[in-house]
Amino acid sequence: MKITKDEVFYVADLARLELDEASTEKLSEQIGDILEYIDILSHADTREVKPTSHAIFLTNAFREDSETEESDVDTVLLANAPEKEETHFVVPKIIE
Amino acid sequence: MKLYELTIHKAHDLLKKREISSLELVQSVIDRIYAVEKKVDAYITIASDAAILHAKSADKAISSGNITPLTGIPLSIKDLICTKNLRTTCASGILDNFVPPYNATVITKLKQAGAVIIGKVNMDEFAMGSSTENSGIKPTRNPWNLEYIPGGSSGGSAASVAADMCLGSLGSDTGGSIRQPASHCGVVGMKPTYGRVSRFGLVAFASSLDQIGPLSKDVLDCAILMNIISGFDKKDSTSVPKAVPDYSAIPSEGLKGITVGIPKEFNETKGLDPEVSEAVNNAIKVIEDQGAKCVDVSLPHTKYAVAAYYVIASSEASSNLARYDGVKYGFRDKDKNNLMEMYKSTRSKGFGFEVKRRILIGTYCLSAGYYDAYYGKASQVRTLIVEDFNKVFDVCDVIISPTAPTSAFKIGEKIDDPLTMYLSDIFTLSANLAGIPGISVPCGFSSNGLPMGLQIMGKHFDEEKLFNLAYNFEQATDFHKKKPKL
Repeated sequence: MKITKDEVFYVADLARLELDEASTEKLSEQIGDILEYIDILSHADTREVKPTSHAIFLTNAFREDSETEESDVDTVLLANAPEKEETHFVVPKIIE
Repeated sequence: MKLYELTIHKAHDLLKKREISSLELVQSVIDRIYAVEKKVDAYITIASDAAILHAKSADKAISSGNITPLTGIPLSIKDLICTKNLRTTCASGILDNFVPPYNATVITKLKQAGAVIIGKVNMDEFAMGSSTENSGIKPTRNPWNLEYIPGGSSGGSAASVAADMCLGSLGSDTGGSIRQPASHCGVVGMKPTYGRVSRFGLVAFASSLDQIGPLSKDVLDCAILMNIISGFDKKDSTSVPKAVPDYSAIPSEGLKGITVGIPKEFNETKGLDPEVSEAVNNAIKVIEDQGAKCVDVSLPHTKYAVAAYYVIASSEASSNLARYDGVKYGFRDKDKNNLMEMYKSTRSKGFGFEVKRRILIGTYCLSAGYYDAYYGKASQVRTLIVEDFNKVFDVCDVIISPTAPTSAFKIGEKIDDPLTMYLSDIFTLSANLAGIPGISVPCGFSSNGLPMGLQIMGKHFDEEKLFNLAYNFEQATDFHKKKPKL
C-alpha cells in the first residue's frame, strides 16, 4: 500500500512543508513501508473497545480566570520575535 | 580522588562534611567536559560561567547550614527543557536561536534545591529518534566506544553521565528516550508515571506520552533526583495531585515478598540479541537469589505496540509542531514576502528530515478519511495494551524485560532504515502507552564491551517498587562501577 508522490505532496501541503523531488521520492517509499507495517493494527480485534487518549484518569484541571503574573511585553513576550514593531509581531502581508 | 567521578550522594556527603566545595566539584566537572567533549560531543551549550557563579552561591548556602541533597551538584539538562536565559534548541534549526524567557518547573525545583546547571545536552531533534543521530547539531558518541551511538533521544544526557561530564541529568521519554540511552551507556534512567513530574516548560513532542525523568550513575542518585522533581504542578494540567514519598528511603534487605512478572512475548521478539537475553536471564537469577518470586506472564497485545505508538506519537507531533511557523519565536525565512510561503519555507528549512517524516505520517493519519483507520484504531489498541498491563499487575508487583533488544549499534548503521530504528524501542514504548513507570539499570556487557540494561516496569505511581528492585539488583552486581576509558 505504497503512498503515491501526489499523496505525499498533498499531505506536505496540509502540514505546510515543501519538498523537493528527491525527498518526495524517498519519503513516499519510507512512509509507504511504515504505513504497511502499521497495517498490523487491522488484525487487532477492537470491537466494543473504547479508545484511550490519556493513560491516567484525570478530570479537567480548572482554575479561576484571574491574573497571575504580568509578563513584560518587550523583554519577555517579544524577546524571541523574528520581527517586531513596537509591541507587535510583524508578519508578511496577508491580504494581497 | 577525581571529583567528577563522584555520584550525587557521595558528593553530597563530602560537601556536607565540608571536605570539598561545590566550586571545586563544579570546576572539576567543567575541566572534564573540556577534556573529553571533543570525543563524546554530548553538549550543545556549556554554561561554565553561570555554573561557577551558582557553585559559589551553593558554597555560601552550605556554610550557613542550608544544604539539600542537590546543593552544589552539577547537572546536565536535555536541550528541550526550558532554561531561563539559557538557549534551548531541541537540537533543531527551527529553535536554533531560542532563549526561553522562563524556567520549566523541574528547573525551578532543581534551582530551589541548589543544584548547578552546567549545560544543555544533545538529543535527536525534537526527541524524535533512538540514536541521537537525528540531532540537527551533531551526533553524540557512545563513551564506551566512540564509533557507536549512545542511544536516544536523550543520548547527550546518557553520554554525559557515563563520561562523568556531569553528576546526573534530566532527559525526557516519549517511547524509551531515557531508558534506551541509559541502557546503551551503562547508566540508570527512569521514566516516571505519566503525571508524576510536571512537564511545564518541556517542549512538547507527543503530549499523551512525554515524561521528564532522571539519568544517573546509580539507583540512589536516580531516587534523589526523583524526590526533587516529582509532585503536582498547577501549571501542568496533566500533573497528578498525589503526595511524593521519599524515594531515596530504599529498603536494602533483599526482595522477599516481591513477585516479578516475566512477559513471554518479550523472549519471542524478533531481533532480540542472544547476549541481551542471556544478561537478562542472569539478572533473573540474581533477583531470585535475593528472594523475589518470578512468574511467567503474558502481554498478548505487545505485537501491536510499535504500530500503535507510531500512529499516536506522530499524530500528536504533527499537531504539536504546527506552532513552529516563524511568527513568535524561532527561525523565520525572511526572504519570503507572502505569509503562506514564509510558513512553508521556514518549516522546510528549519526542521530536519526525520521530523518532517513524522509530521507527514501524523498529518496523513489525521487527515480526512484516514482518522478512524489510523488514530482511532491505534487509540483502541492502546486500550488493549493498558488492559494487558492491568491484568498482569493482578498477579505480580513489577515486570522485567530487556531495555533494548540489542546493545548500541554503529553510527550510520540504521540511519536510512526508519522502520528498523523504530523497532529498537519495542520493549520501552508500551510503558508510555500505558503511562506506567519504568527504569533501566545496567545488567551486563556485550562481547564487544558495550553496556546492556535491564528494564523494570510497575503500576502507576509505584516507583518505590522499581527503586527497591533496581537498588537490590545493583548492590548485588558491579556493572554500575565500571567506567568507560576515554
